[in-house]
Amino acid sequence: MSNLLSLITFIPLVGAAILALFLRGGDAAAARNARWFALAVSVITFLVSLKLLWGFNPADTGFQFVEDRPWILGLHYKMGVDGLSVLFVMLTTALMPLTIGACWSVETRVKEYMIAFLALESLMIGVFTALDLVLFYVFFEAGLIPMFLIIGIWGGKRRIYAAFKFFLYTFLGSVLMLVAMITMYVQAGTTDIPTLLQFHFSAGPFHLLGWQIAGGVQTLLWLAFFASFAVKMPMWPVHTWLPDAHVEAPTAGSVVLAAILLKMGGYGFLRFSIGMFPIASHLLAPLVVWMSAIAIVYTSLVALVQEDMKKLIAYSSVAHMGYVTMGIFAVNQQGVDGAIFQMLSHGFVSGALFLCVGVIYDRMHTREIAAYGGLVNRMPAYAVVFMFFTMANVGLPGTSGFVGEFLTLMGIFQVNTWVAAVAASGVILSASYALYLYRRVVVGDLVKEALKSITDMNLREKVIFAPLVAMTLLLGVYPSAVTDIIGPSVKALVTHYDTQVAAAFPTTKTATQLAKN
Amino acid sequence: MEQIILFAPLVGALIGGFGWKLIGEKGALLVTTGLLFLAALLSWVTFLTFDGTTRHIEILRFISSGSLDTYWAFRLDRLTSIMLIVVTTVSALVHLYSWGYMAHDENWTHDEPYKARFFAYLSFFTFAMLALVTSDNLVQMFFGWEGVGVASYLLIGFYYKKPSANAAAIKAFVVNRVGDFGFALGIFALFFLTDSISFDTVFHHAPDLAKTNITFLWTQWNAANLIGVLLFVGASGKSAQLFLHTWLPDAMEGPTPVSALIHAATMVTAGVFLVCRMSPLYEFAPAAKELVLVMGASTACFAATVGLVQNDIKRVIAYSTCSQLGYMFAAAGAGVYGVAMFHLLTHAAFKALLFLCAGSVITAMHHEQDMRNYGGLRKKIPFTFWMMMFGTLAITGVGIPFSKDFFGIPIGFAGFDSKDAIIEGTWASGSMYGFWLLVIAAAFTAFYSWRLIFMTFYGPEKGDHHAHEHAKESPLVMLIPLGVLGFGAVFAGMIWYNSFFGNEAIMSHFFALGEHAAPGQGAIFIAPSNHVIETAHHAPVWVGLSPFVAMLLGFGAAWVMYIAKPDLPARMAAANRPLYEFLLNKWYFDEIYGFLFVRPAMALGRLLWKQGDGEVIDGSINGVAMGIVPWFTRLAGRAQSGYLFHYAFAMVIGIGVLMTWMTLTGGAH
Repeated sequence: MSNLLSLITFIPLVGAAILALFLRGGDAAAARNARWFALAVSVITFLVSLKLLWGFNPADTGFQFVEDRPWILGLHYKMGVDGLSVLFVMLTTALMPLTIGACWSVETRVKEYMIAFLALESLMIGVFTALDLVLFYVFFEAGLIPMFLIIGIWGGKRRIYAAFKFFLYTFLGSVLMLVAMITMYVQAGTTDIPTLLQFHFSAGPFHLLGWQIAGGVQTLLWLAFFASFAVKMPMWPVHTWLPDAHVEAPTAGSVVLAAILLKMGGYGFLRFSIGMFPIASHLLAPLVVWMSAIAIVYTSLVALVQEDMKKLIAYSSVAHMGYVTMGIFAVNQQGVDGAIFQMLSHGFVSGALFLCVGVIYDRMHTREIAAYGGLVNRMPAYAVVFMFFTMANVGLPGTSGFVGEFLTLMGIFQVNTWVAAVAASGVILSASYALYLYRRVVVGDLVKEALKSITDMNLREKVIFAPLVAMTLLLGVYPSAVTDIIGPSVKALVTHYDTQVAAAFPTTKTATQLAKN
Repeated sequence: MEQIILFAPLVGALIGGFGWKLIGEKGALLVTTGLLFLAALLSWVTFLTFDGTTRHIEILRFISSGSLDTYWAFRLDRLTSIMLIVVTTVSALVHLYSWGYMAHDENWTHDEPYKARFFAYLSFFTFAMLALVTSDNLVQMFFGWEGVGVASYLLIGFYYKKPSANAAAIKAFVVNRVGDFGFALGIFALFFLTDSISFDTVFHHAPDLAKTNITFLWTQWNAANLIGVLLFVGASGKSAQLFLHTWLPDAMEGPTPVSALIHAATMVTAGVFLVCRMSPLYEFAPAAKELVLVMGASTACFAATVGLVQNDIKRVIAYSTCSQLGYMFAAAGAGVYGVAMFHLLTHAAFKALLFLCAGSVITAMHHEQDMRNYGGLRKKIPFTFWMMMFGTLAITGVGIPFSKDFFGIPIGFAGFDSKDAIIEGTWASGSMYGFWLLVIAAAFTAFYSWRLIFMTFYGPEKGDHHAHEHAKESPLVMLIPLGVLGFGAVFAGMIWYNSFFGNEAIMSHFFALGEHAAPGQGAIFIAPSNHVIETAHHAPVWVGLSPFVAMLLGFGAAWVMYIAKPDLPARMAAANRPLYEFLLNKWYFDEIYGFLFVRPAMALGRLLWKQGDGEVIDGSINGVAMGIVPWFTRLAGRAQSGYLFHYAFAMVIGIGVLMTWMTLTGGAH
C-alpha cells in the first residue's frame, strides 16, 4: 500500500500549517517568504504528482494507488484514482503553482492568502481521490470555506454579497447531498465508494404523496446529488452565483474557481449519478441534456451583451460547462470522453482567460470593457496571448477547446439530434461574443489617455502563460494523450450503465437503433 | 517530400512571426517567401510525377475515442495534387508581390513593424489551407477549414486600427461559423452512420447511405441527401454562396494581396473542393446535388447583378469571385466534378491576376479604390493594363467557338475553356434553370469586367489630378507575379482542357477513374448512371454558342455605356432609381440580416440577462433567502471582523492534522 495519494493530497495542507505556525511578522520580507514558500510547496506537490501519472496504468479500469485505513467511528479513510479522476488530480496540481504565481501582486494579508490557496489545493485534490462517502463529503464541503474566504476577504467591492450568494447556493445543494448519502449508507450498509459502484440501488417505482416516482429510490438519490452538482457546475438555471463570484473574486480566486472547482460537479456526475444511479440517470438524462443545450445558448447570448470582462468570461464558462453535462448524459464513449476532455481543456483555457483579465486589471484596476481599446498598440505580446486563448475558447481545431466540444456534440448527436443542433449553434455564438470582446479590448486605435502608458506583460506573467499555451496546444494537436488514459475507464463506466439500463428496460431500443431506421 | 510541402509554410510562419526580431524584418520576409517557393517547386514536382494511385501518409494520431480513430494524415491523389499547385503557386507569387505592395504602407507610422507579421499570417494561412486539401479525414479537414478561417480573420483585420477592418474580420469569422455549424453536423451524422470519418471508409459506405434513413430534427431523411446538404451548408459559408456570402465583399478591407490569395484563388474555393472530394457521397445524393446546382447557379447570377453597379474596384472583383464560385458549384452539382476543379484551377490564375493587377492600380493611384476617380491609365501603367486585359479576356471567356473540332482543344483564354464546359455540363444535366442563369450571368460577367477595364484604363482622367500625375508602374517584384499569372490566364485552359473535361480517356486516366471503380477508388467518383460528360460532349450548336453570344452582348453593352456614350449610365440609374439602389445596396442583405439576427440576438441577450438572470432567477433565490437575511448580516459582520476567518481555519487545519496523523500511523502498520 503506497502513501502516494495521501502525500499529494496533504503536502499543501502541511505547507499551510507550517506557514500558519512558523511565519511571523507582517512586513514585506514575510510576505515575500510566504509567497515563495507557497510556490515551492505547490511545485513540490506537482512534482510528486507526476509520479502518479507515471505509475498509472490506463488499461486497469479499477481503482489504483488505493489506500484503505480504519478511521474514527468505524469509518474508513480510503483513497484511490481511476481513469475518471486521475487527470483531475493532475490538473489541480499543475495549475496551483501558476495560480500562486498569479497572486504575486496581492499585498494585503499575504500569509493568510497563501494559506487559503494551499488549504484549497489539498481539499480539491481530496475530492478527486476520496473513495469513501464521508471523506468525499468532507473534502467537497470543506473546499467551500477557503474559496468563500478568498472571495469574502480579498475580493472586490461587493465581495460580501458575492461570497454569500456563492455559499448559499452551494450549501443548499450540500444539505440534500448529505441526506442522500445517509440514505445510501442505510440501504447499502457501507460508505465505501467502490462497493457502492457495484451496489444496485432499488429502482422500483413507488408512490409518494400520490405521485408515482419512476426509478424509485434511485431517482430521489439522483435528484439530491443533482442539486449539489448542478450548482457546482454550474448548470442553467442555478448558475447566477458564478458571474457574481467571479467578478468579485481576486484573479487567482477566479482561476481556481473556473479551472478546478467547477470540475467537482462534473466529476460528481460521473462518479455518483452515472456510476451509482444508472437507471435514474437514464430516466432523467433528457432533462439534463436539454438543460445543457439551453444553458449553452442562453448564457452565450447573455455573454454577448456583458460590459464587464470577467462576467463575460464567467458566462462563457457556464456555456462551456453545458457541453460537459451534455456529454456526460449522452452516456456514450464520445460524449463522456469529450466531457472529461472539455473539463480539462476548460481548466487551462478559462484559467488563462481570467489571468488575461488579471494582467490588465493589475495595471488599470478596472474590468469594464469600455475602459479599454487598442491595447495591441502598446501590448503586442499580450495581444498574441489573448488572441490565442480567445481562439481556444471558441473551440478552434488545433487547440484543446475544439476536442471537447467536438466529441460531446458527436456523442449527443447519436442520442438526440435536436439537442445536438441547438448546442452546436453555440459555436456561432461563442465566436461572436469572444471576438467582440477582443475587438473592444485589444484592437482598434489607442485613444484613451489612461492607456497611453500601459506596459506589456512582464517576465513573470509570460512564464505563467507559457505552460498554459503549451498544454492548450499539446492537447489540441495530440488529444490521444488524454483519451488513452481516460478511455478504458470511460468504457467500463458506459458498459456498466448500458448493462444496468438494458436489464431494467429490456424492451427499450437504444437511441441509436431508433434513429437509424 | 509531401511533409516538406505541408510544413515549410508553417515553419516560415513561426520563424517570421516569432523570430523576426532576431533575424530582422528582411530576414523574415526572405525566410517565409523562400520556404513558400520551395513548397511550390515540390508541389509541381509532385503534380507532374503523380501516377494516379492514391497514397496515404500517416503523421500522428489525432482524436481517438472509442470507435472514432483519426490521424493527422496526408492523402495524396489527383485532387490533392491539383490543390497543391494552386495553393502553393499563388501563395508563393503573392508572397513575392507583397514585397513591393507592402513596402510602404500609409496605415502605419514608420516605427511600427508590420511586414513580418503580414508574411507570417500569409504563411500560416498557406499551412492551414494545405492541411485542408491534404487531409485524409473530415476532422483534419475541419482543422484546416477553421484554420484558414482564423488566418482570414487575422488578415482582414490586419489594419487593426481601422474599425471597419475589425468589423469585417469578425463578420467573416462568424458567418463562416454558421457554415461550420452545418459542416460539423454533417460530420456527426457521417460518424453516426458509418462509424468513421476517414474518407476511405465513408466512401465505401456511400452506397449504403443512399438506402438508409435517419431521424434528424423533426423528420426522417435519406441519409446521403441529408449529409450532402449539411456539408454543402459548410461549403457555402466558406465559399460565400448565396445567403452566406455577405462576408466576402467586406473582406476586401484586408490588404489586396490577401484578397488575391485568400478571397479569390484559394480559401474561398475550399467549399468547391469539399463537394468534389465528397463526390462519392454526392453521386448517391441526387437531391443534395440538385440543391448544390441551384444554389450555385443562383449565386452566380445574383452576385453578377450586384457586380454590375459597384464602384470600388476591389468590390467588383469580390462579387465577381462570388459569382465564379457559383459556376464551380453548379458544375459540381451537375455531376461534372472534373469541370468544377478545372474552373477552380483556371479561376485561381485569372482571378489572382485580376486582384493583383487591381493592387498595382491602387498602388499607382495612391490607395484610391473608387473607379470613378480612375480613367486613362493604360498609358501610365501599360504592363498592368495588359495583364489586366488578359485576366479580363480570361474571365469573360474569349476564344474561338468550335475551334475544338479542328484542333482537339478549344483555342481561347482560360475561362473560355472552363466556363463553357460548365455551361455545357449544366445543360447536359438537364437543369434548364441552371443553364439559363449561368448564360445570363456570363453576359453580366462580361459587362462588369469590361466596365472595370473601361473605367480604369480608358476615357479621360478623373478624380484627383495629383494622383494621376504621379501614377507610375509598380516595381518588378510586383510585375513578375503578374506575368506568371498572366501566362496561366492565357494558357491554363488549353493545356488542361482534355485532362479535366475534353477527352474521356485522358480524363479517366488523369483522375484514375477506372472502368468499374468503386466509390473512393479514384480521386473523384462518377456513378455508372452519370452520363453528363458524354451528353455535354454532344451538346447542340446553340448550347455551345450561347455563352459566347452572352459574352459579346455584355461586352457590347459595356462599350456603349462607358466608351461610346459615357453619360448613359447616369441617366439609366436615374431612370431606374429603385432597381439601381437595390443593386448598389447588394439586395439589402446586410440590412435584412441585421434586422433578423444581429439586433434580436443582442436584445434577447439583454432580456435574458436583466430579466431572466436578474429578476426571475435571482429574484426567487433572494425571496427564499429573505427569511434568513438577518442571520446572514450578522455572519457577514463577523467575517469582516476576522472571527470567521480564524474559526474556519482552525477547522480546516484540524482536519488536516487529523488526517496527517492517520496517514503516518496507518502507514506504519
